[in-house]
Amino acid sequence: MELILALLIGVLYASGIYMMLRRSLVKLIVGIILLGNAVNLLIFLLGRITKGEPPIIPGDSDVFLQAYTDPLPQALILTAIVISFGLQSFAIVLVKRAHKMVKADDLDEMNTTDAES
Amino acid sequence: MLIAVLSGFIFSLFLVVFGKFFKGRFSLAASILPLSLFIYFCSFLGPISSGEIVSQFHPWVPSFGLNLSFTLDGLSLLFALLITGIGFLVFVYAATYLKEHQYIDRFYGYLGIFMGAMLGLVLSDNLLSLFLFWELTSISSFFLIGFNNTSSESRKSAVLALTITGTGGFLFLAGAVLLGWVSGTFSMTEMLTMREALHGSDFYLLIIFLLMGAAFTKSAQFPFHFWLPGAMKAPTPVSAYLHSATMVKAGIYLLLRFTPILGNHEVWNTTLIIVGGITMFYTAFHTLFRTDLKSILAYSTVAVLGLLVFLTGLGTQYALTAAAVYIVVHALYKAALFLSTGIIDHQTGTRDVTRLSGLRKVMMPVAVAGVLAAISSAGIPPTIGFLGKDLVYEATLGMGDAAIYLTILVLFTNVLILYAGFVAGIRPFSGKLPDNLQKIKMPGPLLWVPPVLLAVLGLLLGIFPALLDAPIVRPVVEAVGGDGAAVQLKLWHGFNTVLALSGLTLGLGFLLYFIIKPSQGKVTAMGRLEAISPKNIALNFGNSFTRFSSAWTGVFQNGFLRNYVVTIVLFLVILVGYSLFSGSEGIVIDWRSLSKLTFYEIAIMSLMFMAVLFIVASRSRLNAVVGMGVLGYAICLLFVIYSAPDLAMTQFSIDTLTVILFVLVLARLPKYLEPSNHARKLRDGVISGSFGLLLALIALEVLQEPVNKEISEFYAENAYVLAQGKNVVNVILVDFRGADTWIEITVLTAAALGVFSLMKLRLKKDERRINE
Amino acid sequence: MKTIILRAASNYMLPLLLVFSVFILLRGHYLPGGGFVGGLVAAMAFVLHAFANKLETTKKLFRMHPGFLMPFGLTLALLSGLMPMIIEESSFLTAMWLSEALPAIGAVGTTLFFDIGVYLVVVGVTLTIIFTISESS
Repeated sequence: MELILALLIGVLYASGIYMMLRRSLVKLIVGIILLGNAVNLLIFLLGRITKGEPPIIPGDSDVFLQAYTDPLPQALILTAIVISFGLQSFAIVLVKRAHKMVKADDLDEMNTTDAES
Repeated sequence: MLIAVLSGFIFSLFLVVFGKFFKGRFSLAASILPLSLFIYFCSFLGPISSGEIVSQFHPWVPSFGLNLSFTLDGLSLLFALLITGIGFLVFVYAATYLKEHQYIDRFYGYLGIFMGAMLGLVLSDNLLSLFLFWELTSISSFFLIGFNNTSSESRKSAVLALTITGTGGFLFLAGAVLLGWVSGTFSMTEMLTMREALHGSDFYLLIIFLLMGAAFTKSAQFPFHFWLPGAMKAPTPVSAYLHSATMVKAGIYLLLRFTPILGNHEVWNTTLIIVGGITMFYTAFHTLFRTDLKSILAYSTVAVLGLLVFLTGLGTQYALTAAAVYIVVHALYKAALFLSTGIIDHQTGTRDVTRLSGLRKVMMPVAVAGVLAAISSAGIPPTIGFLGKDLVYEATLGMGDAAIYLTILVLFTNVLILYAGFVAGIRPFSGKLPDNLQKIKMPGPLLWVPPVLLAVLGLLLGIFPALLDAPIVRPVVEAVGGDGAAVQLKLWHGFNTVLALSGLTLGLGFLLYFIIKPSQGKVTAMGRLEAISPKNIALNFGNSFTRFSSAWTGVFQNGFLRNYVVTIVLFLVILVGYSLFSGSEGIVIDWRSLSKLTFYEIAIMSLMFMAVLFIVASRSRLNAVVGMGVLGYAICLLFVIYSAPDLAMTQFSIDTLTVILFVLVLARLPKYLEPSNHARKLRDGVISGSFGLLLALIALEVLQEPVNKEISEFYAENAYVLAQGKNVVNVILVDFRGADTWIEITVLTAAALGVFSLMKLRLKKDERRINE
Repeated sequence: MKTIILRAASNYMLPLLLVFSVFILLRGHYLPGGGFVGGLVAAMAFVLHAFANKLETTKKLFRMHPGFLMPFGLTLALLSGLMPMIIEESSFLTAMWLSEALPAIGAVGTTLFFDIGVYLVVVGVTLTIIFTISESS
């Protein structure tokens, strides 16, 4: 299982980078989102995956009685998911604004600083 | 003592707010601060001379070993008195000197910071806080050198000085950290007891070279000496205060401070003797080829600093006593000379010694100060300079086999220092008053009293050396590890070699002064050699480095996002890939350790693979958004299967919101471009594909390694016991790592504000112009 | 999408979903949930309402711009961390708890207020982003 998940992560990374290398602004954002998902899954996988053992202490006891999934990567990923939402929306708006100002969505036409354009 | 150190900074902060009211008479009131500090430190004279050491401790960042611990011993007290005493006179003097200046409040602000930092430097017992104060003196010196910020020469000199002293600060930090690591403490008092261990350490040589580098740059030793003459672009009170009496002696202070800890080692002594010797002779020689009064004084200051390093290197009782006395001697006469030069400059508008003469007729008190200071620098009895020079000769004569060479070296230096002192202190006042200077007015008493006071003090201490001996010099010698009572300060030693040498110095000096006249021709002659001076070499190095950097930046920061990504990815693939495959075992994966597949997992993963393919291959933006949605929900299902319910819930909500967001803006976003050519697609595909493969391999490789669950276990075991929560993920977020979460929601807020301001704020005029 | 059924449904859904989001927030310390998820669910409730009705109608439900929830939530979270420093002189963000658990909510401590702060910030951030973007398109 881990093998396929690792391959999936590889595919996500590859497609994320590939989309970032296109010239379109929208593809850039899609690439960033794909990369974000890839990173989350990578952290998740490296924290070791287990089934049916959520890191929640059973109601009637004070400590874990049986095996549990590592809660630390989960806490990391949870914040990462929310932060990436902020990042994505900012990127989307930035692209919108840039598109409006430069009237181009070709990244290659955005390689000069404002002063020169 | 904490208040004493901080008062300078508080004073500057006060000026930030009330600076604009701080003009005219008020600026004179500022001198109350250094005066009261001076009196405060004088009150320690008694206890310190009876062998006491006053210390204070204030924890600051104990986990780094950084504390504000202050120790006042003889050496610190000497410097503290110089800093506050000369500081007081300079504060008074500058009030008149810069009366007309627009930014006099800033000037006092910088001076305040400097004074605080310098006091902190000499009082700190903790190496790290010493470093902080050390850097603060460099920074305040930078602002003061560049004070006339409309002159490009000033700005250049300021940058040069900051570069050199900043490099030294870096060396100091490295040395301090290394020393702290070897000795296990940052307290210099504690290091005193580890002398043997430190001398035996493997890092001993590295440590002393780092610390010496710091001291040499700060105290302008050859080949770093050139920033100090450049620093003369600062207003003259600053030159007198920072670049002669106090800051440039910080390097000497550091060397003396470490003499009992690291000193008395062959390499330590030889290096200091050689560097100090070269510096004092080389720069003293330079004074012959200068006509600018301040320049002459600057070079002779460097020469004296060289002499002090040289004496520290000799390290004998006589040498250390001589160094202690000479610090006082030099501070008194050189500050007096600088201040009188400042008056000449202020009144006549020139500092060119070839155009100045006979000024005694218009400014008698200044002439008195100049002449007294000059004879003190020459070492003519009964000034204190005579005592200092005697001790220096005593020190070199006691050096056994090398005595004769060292003595000759010092003799030449002394002759040249005498020459410099006479040119600066006597020549402008002697001879005939030229016609163009007839109308020069007498300066106000607030200008001439400070130099006169300093010069007279030099004379008084020479006549009554006991005033200096027991209260100041002896504790200093004891603080640097010597026996304070071994050398008695006396004006008259009887007829001996030292007296003969003194006489010889005076004779040669007078001869030199009357034979060699400063002239423009000599300046030009020296200018031809400028190309191979350390200054030019350093400047050329700096310039070529700048050129290299801009070329480098031009290549890599070319504005094409694609190139950045490709560079980063390729670099990573090659480097990480190489280290991954070049290891002795290569990649070993134990397939049996991996868990089995179930039907659900296969279904979800296939869904995800298809979604990704769909996103990449699709030519429509809408399809891509649909694909993203599917991918997100599939990840959500993965989280459900692999026991991460919190993640599943979050992923579900975020995915929904992202899709909504995309749908909202999709119509406004640009359409996809026409597909780029196939060769490029193939190239990008290979690059990104190899990156993906690398990441997948790394993931599999890491899974083979044992995992350290110590932290997770701590959280899991204590979630209920300590934090009364059972959902460990949530407990980590809101309790164990609450500060992180707080910062995270702050970041979220920033993102939202960014979105809001990007969309809602109107285009400015110039932006609209670009738009059209 | 602005059908009558959806509009009618959304009017009932909004309070229901909001209650649900608070439920998720409160149970977060014991079961899956918490401030982040709760805040997101609440934001989705409003977004759903905005889809069914007009955006202006949804915005009228707020007295102020939802963006003002952000500083409010940040301050609440910060204060919940500072409280222990003031009252018990322990370090920043040391949790304090009421000795008795309250009915329906469970044990109440400063971490609960911290989580409420997170909830408010997340609602504020999400709604600010979505409202801003949908207004300008």
